[in-house]
Amino acid sequence: MSKEIGYLDMDLLRFTTAGSVDDGKSTLIGRLLYDSKSVFEDQMEAVERSSRNAGDENVNLALLTDGLRAEREQGITIDVAYRYFATPRRKFIIADTPGHIQYTRNMVTGASTANLAIILVDARNGVVEQTCRHSFIANLLRIQHIVVCVNKMDLVGYSEEAFDKICDHFKKFSSRMGNIVDVSFIPISALHGDNVVEKSKSMDWYQGPPLLYHLETVYIGPDADHVHARFPVQWVIRPHSDKWHDFRGYAGRVAGGVFKPGDEVMVQPSGFKSRIKEIYGANLEPIKEAFAPLSCTITLEDNIDISRGDMISKPNNPPTSSQDVCAMVCWFSPESKLQVRGKYTIRHTTREARAIVQQVDYKVDINTLHKIEDDLDLGLNEIGRIRLRTSAPLFHDPYNTNRNTGSFILVDEMTNQTVAAGMII
Amino acid sequence: MPTSNLLPKFTFLKDIPSPMNDYTVTHLQHLESEAIYVLRETAAQFENPTLLFSGGKDSIVMTHLAVKAFWPAKIPFPLVHIDTGHNFPETIAFRDDLVKKIGARLVVGSVQEHIDQGKIRDESGAKATRNGLQIPVLLDTIEENQYDAALGGARRDEEKARAKERFFSARTEFGEWDPKNQRPELWNIFNGRKHHGEHFRIFPLSNWTEMDIWQYIRLENIDLPNLYFSHQREVFLRDGMLLAKTEFINLLPEEKLETRTVRFRTIGDATCTGAVESTAASLEDIIAEVAAARVGERGGRADDKRSETAMEDRKKQGYF
Ligand SMILES: Nc1nc2c(ncn2[C@@H]2O[C@H](COP(=O)(O)OP(=O)(O)O)[C@@H](O)[C@H]2O)c(=O)[nH]1
Repeated sequence: MSKEIGYLDMDLLRFTTAGSVDDGKSTLIGRLLYDSKSVFEDQMEAVERSSRNAGDENVNLALLTDGLRAEREQGITIDVAYRYFATPRRKFIIADTPGHIQYTRNMVTGASTANLAIILVDARNGVVEQTCRHSFIANLLRIQHIVVCVNKMDLVGYSEEAFDKICDHFKKFSSRMGNIVDVSFIPISALHGDNVVEKSKSMDWYQGPPLLYHLETVYIGPDADHVHARFPVQWVIRPHSDKWHDFRGYAGRVAGGVFKPGDEVMVQPSGFKSRIKEIYGANLEPIKEAFAPLSCTITLEDNIDISRGDMISKPNNPPTSSQDVCAMVCWFSPESKLQVRGKYTIRHTTREARAIVQQVDYKVDINTLHKIEDDLDLGLNEIGRIRLRTSAPLFHDPYNTNRNTGSFILVDEMTNQTVAAGMII
Repeated sequence: MPTSNLLPKFTFLKDIPSPMNDYTVTHLQHLESEAIYVLRETAAQFENPTLLFSGGKDSIVMTHLAVKAFWPAKIPFPLVHIDTGHNFPETIAFRDDLVKKIGARLVVGSVQEHIDQGKIRDESGAKATRNGLQIPVLLDTIEENQYDAALGGARRDEEKARAKERFFSARTEFGEWDPKNQRPELWNIFNGRKHHGEHFRIFPLSNWTEMDIWQYIRLENIDLPNLYFSHQREVFLRDGMLLAKTEFINLLPEEKLETRTVRFRTIGDATCTGAVESTAASLEDIIAEVAAARVGERGGRADDKRSETAMEDRKKQGYF
């Protein structure tokens, strides 16, 4: 059964989609799901029924991705929704984030777990302010692969010139974005399916692959950090059974680097050193090595006191341990603004502490990418650089080195809401 | 039929030559590690969590992952089954067997008991189902036992309203889900902080699709109730669905029993879970069938058909 073996070799690509309202994002996702045969007949019937009720002449593929009732009524997407499809090569998870101007926070949320971002541009409008904003967020969240889909090519006569102009414009302003490793440009028509799954017959001048082929083959490789060994302890396993009487295992998910039995390790905050005795993988048998993003359980040679929130790393290369962090944050709360001197709960890896905001260095105007230094009030959907003092040390790396040990959230202590996402500098 | 094997031999990657040697992992490894991470996070962040065991394949997979997450210790929380009293006998036998094998504690919330105590009333009429009655019984069971988190096996690909569901889904004191008041989830940082009386539903399988579940079951050789595999059964047609003959359903005059070769794609209340005609007798057959399927698995459930936003409405009331 070669097809199934193929299935077991499939890897995972997570991507986000961003575009302004009406650029055709929902149509594009609907098209990807439909053409990759990920839509069931009963779902399709429901969409056909809705389209008829709304008086649309074509089946509106955008309805396939239209979720909650509130947004059906308002006609806009108001939150991040996740979609799934697979081809024989890959499984895909789409974080479908809305294009509406005020929803930066949703885009940040969707981007936080993505390896790739599709940025939609309407061929008639070209690169607009929002394109700039989407690219900035992709770069800030360290998405290394960007695909610029120039959509509605049918409305500009499938013109190569129009396409080239948009590519040039995008290249010019994205050259400032250091985290983006590769950018691809694809001219498409989501409505008619040109260059989405099938190569377009109307754009002979385009030599590249259609979008789906690109998504299937783009080399994501080890986007994760496999250099700096990081293992935040999530849970301590003590069976208290006769058979496993002395067993003490540290359970967690590798956040970076590679761990092997015999490796010398160091534990923070205690600073104790030991060696890895065994690593149990998800198969419940000892494995030879563990790396991100695998969950495993580690046992050590020595009996030392370790609890949730501790960090296991290598003595020659531990993460920074400090109570002062400088970070870019995106503010999420519609109810409150970031308070200087305000206290929040900070969650970082498996650790929780309290944090005081020491100062706001600047805000970023995400449309022009200029720094704003005269207005330091950080409100909903705004991004800025801040300094925090925490009640206990965080064991961290720069976000640009390691997404797991470089990211945190701030939680409002009154409402328990997640009010900010932070990326350590 | 798969053989029983709860603490599995992890066959993949060892037996199957893999081209992945550059620290990439397969999508199933990714999903497995993610689910285990979420299960451990639940144990760590909550005082009194529980795992909602429905008897269906998703909750069986979730239980399997929970065994892995805490091995060699036992699962540090009980399993809760909301028993409508309208189960296929296979479901209950399987449940009891599983619980014994893994040494877990089982708590049963009984719809029948709630009816007998007059707390809720059975729907009347030929097409009555007890699906809706699961909601108050679940909420009562959560409240009586003061569970602050309930793990569920729901997946985002099941239904449109679930596409936006969080891994950690906050519920009000009334057990209700407020779509406008869900916390954003970034990276793999989960915020389970709550006020007194609030609780969370937690979905470790959020990112799995039906296909992923079946492939994983096959890979891990996970035991399933026989209902999932093709067998002969007396069924009748109602509202486009094949319903099984059970002691809980009365046939309408125009409905006729016939024996067909069927299996179930989901297992829920026997009065509203439709069977599909199928000769798929092995996991390989089922995988082939799922790959070719044209109807989503929930398409076989009468409870979703009641209105287009049925799922969303039931979620707001506290459905799993
Ligand atoms: N002509 C043309 N129209 C398109 C194309 N893609 C989307 N549209 C139309 O643009 C409108 C907005 O599309 P939609 O997918 O809802 O945009 P969203 O707001 O980005 O999700 C709809 O009327 C679509 O039919 C395209 O490639 N060509």
